[in-house]
Amino acid sequence: MIIDARGVHYRELNERIREAVVGGARELKLTNVVGQRYIGDGLRGDVRIEIDGVAGNDLGAFMDGPTIVVNGNAQDHVANTMNDGKIVVRGDAGDVLGYGMRGGKLFIKGDVGYRIGIHMKSYLSKVPVLVIGGCARDFFGEYMAGGIIVLLGLNSNGRGLVGNYLGTGMHGGTIYLRSCPESYQLGKEVAALDLDDSDCEILSNLVEEFARDLDMDASEILNANFTKIAPVSTRPYGKLYAY
Amino acid sequence: MEGRWNRRYDWQYDRIPSGCGLAAIISEAGRSFGGEEIIQSICVLHDRSNGLGGGFAGYGIYPEKRDLFAFHVMFESIEAKELVDAYFDRNFYVEESGHIPTRKIKEITNAPLLWRYFVKPLDDSLQDCELCEEDFVTRSVFHINGEIPGAYVFSSGKNMGAFKAVGYPEDVGRFYRLDEYEGYSWIGHGRFPTNTPGWWGGAHPFTLLDWSLVHNGEISSYGINKRYLEMFGYRCELQTDTEVAAYLFDLLLRRHGLSIEVACKALASPFWSDIDRMPEEERELFKAIRMVYGPALLNGPFAIVLGFTGGLIGINDRVKLRPLVAARKDDRLYLASEEAAIREISPDLDVVWAPKAGEPVIGRVRTGEPEVVGAEETVA
Repeated sequence: MIIDARGVHYRELNERIREAVVGGARELKLTNVVGQRYIGDGLRGDVRIEIDGVAGNDLGAFMDGPTIVVNGNAQDHVANTMNDGKIVVRGDAGDVLGYGMRGGKLFIKGDVGYRIGIHMKSYLSKVPVLVIGGCARDFFGEYMAGGIIVLLGLNSNGRGLVGNYLGTGMHGGTIYLRSCPESYQLGKEVAALDLDDSDCEILSNLVEEFARDLDMDASEILNANFTKIAPVSTRPYGKLYAY
Repeated sequence: MEGRWNRRYDWQYDRIPSGCGLAAIISEAGRSFGGEEIIQSICVLHDRSNGLGGGFAGYGIYPEKRDLFAFHVMFESIEAKELVDAYFDRNFYVEESGHIPTRKIKEITNAPLLWRYFVKPLDDSLQDCELCEEDFVTRSVFHINGEIPGAYVFSSGKNMGAFKAVGYPEDVGRFYRLDEYEGYSWIGHGRFPTNTPGWWGGAHPFTLLDWSLVHNGEISSYGINKRYLEMFGYRCELQTDTEVAAYLFDLLLRRHGLSIEVACKALASPFWSDIDRMPEEERELFKAIRMVYGPALLNGPFAIVLGFTGGLIGINDRVKLRPLVAARKDDRLYLASEEAAIREISPDLDVVWAPKAGEPVIGRVRTGEPEVVGAEETVA
């Protein structure tokens, strides 16, 4: 089913998406999207939504299962508190992606902005994943509590892959960088480490899936030195209110 | 005509999702274009504002009166206008004055009396107070805004004008008939007032001379910035944080002659930890900027666009706490809170990017007219 979003307010657009899903649609294509917010928010089920245009803020917030593919750029707050499903952006995306994400996958082919993957969390089998093909700015993985972020910087051409305050306040989860950051870029709560065998397996599986979804060459991407960023403390305030 | 950039949707919803929106367009070739485009662009960001303030500035819109200062003034009463008329008669040659053209629309109500004066300071007045034209105009703006009750100057530059009101920006643009103007540079704003009232004078842009400034965010250093500006004769009367940013640019660029780049580093300084890592020459420069202009540092989250004769600047706070997207297509530079606002009017962009925190994006008219005043000769 195709929905032409030109001139359609975000509320009406999202109502039409919900009606279509309730009516049994499994493949939706949205054309002429120009910044409409909240697409796919809280949506459940086995649905695939393809978006032509610029997806608006809070794309896939609280989403619980569907797949969204954006054939352009996305804006801010993609996958905010997402629970399950997958979002693939073929272009760039903005700031605060994957905020508080608790499950599912977010793949961005291009560059991203500030505060990516902050407050991501995980529990048992719920492990959110964020893979970024381009570069990122400051506060990457800030306050991260769980999950996995991979930053590839494939277009970095010698400039920095990531900004400062990397993993500031991070106390859980793992970040893999396709480079080695300067020590001043790291938050006080994290360390830059070598990958072990299990890291390499996790990383290559994720990069292969990322490359498959975005028509890229995984072996070329993996043929580089990666660094693992991990917290050097665990739950530092876990007992703050317990005693 | 109206249908093209009239309301795109039926705004029947009462929820207001978030903060202000801004947009700007400049033709670096200096080509003029109508005001519809900026309205169409800011209209995409309708849901970022809440109907309590919308406004625009256009540059190159008064070519036949380019040598005169165009004052846009709002009056709450005829008495206020009489006082301002008398003030102008004493201090300025008034070539022309009259209503600012508006269109009656149901979305914009309770309009004050909106008046436009094309003026030039009298030679005698300038000689008496030994001020240059620009300082004399600045002093006049502060005099009217501070001393004449019910009168408020919202535009005072040459060959440019600001237009603002309580309402959504697309309605404000239609109200002021911006489709009937042509300019080479336009900025627009939709307001979501947080800390101060949503009144006509509180809509963006804030202007002084040919500077016009729109802002999304909050300037938490307002108190120290205001006291600093007062030392240089600026008066902050408009009940909002944003005006200090407009006056700081006037102080740093026009009066102190700083380059745009240096002024931006004073307003959005790098952190001391970043300065410590710079090569020595650069480190000394940045230390000097922070020490001399400490009270001009804008703290808090902001995305700002500054318009001026012949140029545009877009800049974020030092840690990018508000969105700003830039793009280019042919001779055009675009800025907006969201990429969608740019794509709406220019779907096939040459390049689109997110500016780094604290690093200005600068657009300039690069050929011939219009002449750049103030900042041009001071660019590093």
